[in-house]
Amino acid sequence: MSAPAPATGLFDCRDAYVRAVEELAAADPRIVAVVNDSVGSSKLGKFRDRFPDRLINVGIAEQNMVGVGAGLANGGKIPFVSGASCFLTARAMEQIKADCAYSFANVKLCGISSGVAYGELGATHHSIEDIAWLRAIDRLAVIVPADPWETAEAIKAAAAYDGPVYVRISRMPVPELARERTRFAIGHGETLREGGDIAIVANGTLVHRALAAADALAAEGVAARVVNMASIAPLDTELLAEAAKTGAIVTAEEGLARGGLGGAVAEWCAENAPVRMRMLGFPGFLPTGSAAWLMDRFGLSADGIATAARELLGLRAG
Amino acid sequence: MTDGSDPSTNAGSRPENRRIEYVRERANWMRRRLLRMIVDAGQGHPGGDLSATDILAALYFDILRIDPANPRSPDRDRFVMSKGHCTGALYSALAGAGFFPEAELDTYLKPESRLNGHPNRTYLPGVETNTGPLGHGLPVAVGIAVAAQIDGADHHVFALTGDGELQEGSMWEAAMFAGHRGLGNLTVIVDRNRLQQGAGTENTNALEPLADKWRAFGWRVEGVDGHDPAALLAAFDAARAPRETPLCLIADTHKGQGVSFMRDQAGWHHGVPNAEQYAQAIRELEEEMAR
Repeated sequence: MSAPAPATGLFDCRDAYVRAVEELAAADPRIVAVVNDSVGSSKLGKFRDRFPDRLINVGIAEQNMVGVGAGLANGGKIPFVSGASCFLTARAMEQIKADCAYSFANVKLCGISSGVAYGELGATHHSIEDIAWLRAIDRLAVIVPADPWETAEAIKAAAAYDGPVYVRISRMPVPELARERTRFAIGHGETLREGGDIAIVANGTLVHRALAAADALAAEGVAARVVNMASIAPLDTELLAEAAKTGAIVTAEEGLARGGLGGAVAEWCAENAPVRMRMLGFPGFLPTGSAAWLMDRFGLSADGIATAARELLGLRAG
Repeated sequence: MTDGSDPSTNAGSRPENRRIEYVRERANWMRRRLLRMIVDAGQGHPGGDLSATDILAALYFDILRIDPANPRSPDRDRFVMSKGHCTGALYSALAGAGFFPEAELDTYLKPESRLNGHPNRTYLPGVETNTGPLGHGLPVAVGIAVAAQIDGADHHVFALTGDGELQEGSMWEAAMFAGHRGLGNLTVIVDRNRLQQGAGTENTNALEPLADKWRAFGWRVEGVDGHDPAALLAAFDAARAPRETPLCLIADTHKGQGVSFMRDQAGWHHGVPNAEQYAQAIRELEEEMAR
């Protein structure tokens, strides 16, 4: 795709997700959706109306949902297994490991309302551990798209890929990123902004905040590189190698930094390109509060990212 | 009787009395073969293997519409081994049916073997899904049956579960959904040997009334002698008749069946016969075949 002007405003990436799944389903009868009573929260009502035989609602039973997904793949379908990411990943972890990844089944796991989308509902409903858990599972592709375009692209790439994929989909409104829309490929991220003083490596809902932080830093004379690391597994180590040349990396993600994107970047850099790092993410079980409040409270904002960058570079606030 | 695989006879097209006799012969061969595998490997699950042997023999040497030369053919019948630890029985059946050379059974549990302790579809033909942790096979079998239901396909899905395995909650999630969907293309066989790893199922976490539980989840339930080839073939033939509910066959079985000192002994869940025990087991099985 070439680069049309990005739409303005804020978008719920679930809309891009369901549009992409519907579009795929219209063209390919193998596409089915599997849900755990989550037709509404997955926004699959219209899919159900268009393809009633291809919406499989197993009820509130995540282990069975993922196992059924693996069975559907065995039967030649391309199942998009969608549920709140907190339940999809934690409750069905062994099914994700054994039935999907170890069996290398062609299952597409879609974690909806990820991160702290359910901020006020408490830590049971926060999905901040999912990336750390899933990153440990061999052969599972783990994708965290940043905006509607990338969400749709990730869904299409997942459908085209013959193997298990987890796509983490946010419901927190995000802007469409201004960027060259070349392509999305599993295993590849993108450098959204060049800069040689420091690199900010982010994904998902943190990418537009990282860009805003880079703007603030630029006004102070700090050239911050911004990398959108949408593909956590496989990790785009070529982009990381470039980012590490700045000598300092701040990671930012809507989840636990330990074991998450921050962990992935730190592991690779420690062995291949040691740099000073700050890992921005949540520390653990969180207090109640809206998603926006939680993000600000724990430094997952443009200000928070810029502050971490200055601290890492030994600079005072501009 | 030879030890060789004989895929050409892997079809339900022979006369009735010959079908039964053939399954009996193959089951006897599987028992001898899997015991040798366990002795060679120095580990295994002989109790559950021997409990499931006649069921697998009836399926792989008569009932299943499968083509070992084309193991991922879309219209094949599916067999899902939910009790994934009983690989002595599964691998001897797969080799006997022609999915891989029988000689490969000698590599059981050895370094780099395709025949590890639990089946792996990514490198062993004939395996439908990787099982081992209990409670996984039935949900996958249900998914396969749903795919066939959507497509109006006429292949059949069989799954074998242990009885102790029915203590896993995921089995009942899958059972409930299969009943809800009216999966008439699905048959589950419960290997009801009444023993789990350390003790009887009823002393551990009682399953009875087991048939009532399945019926309450929307299943048709029948009992079958899990060691009688004639009864198994009749039950599996009948399982293919059109129906609108999933079918549960509760197979009355004995752990360690076919070897006197292993029969109904929980201690043989794991375990390796010593040389003397192995010789006795083989002698008993040869005598059984001569009868």
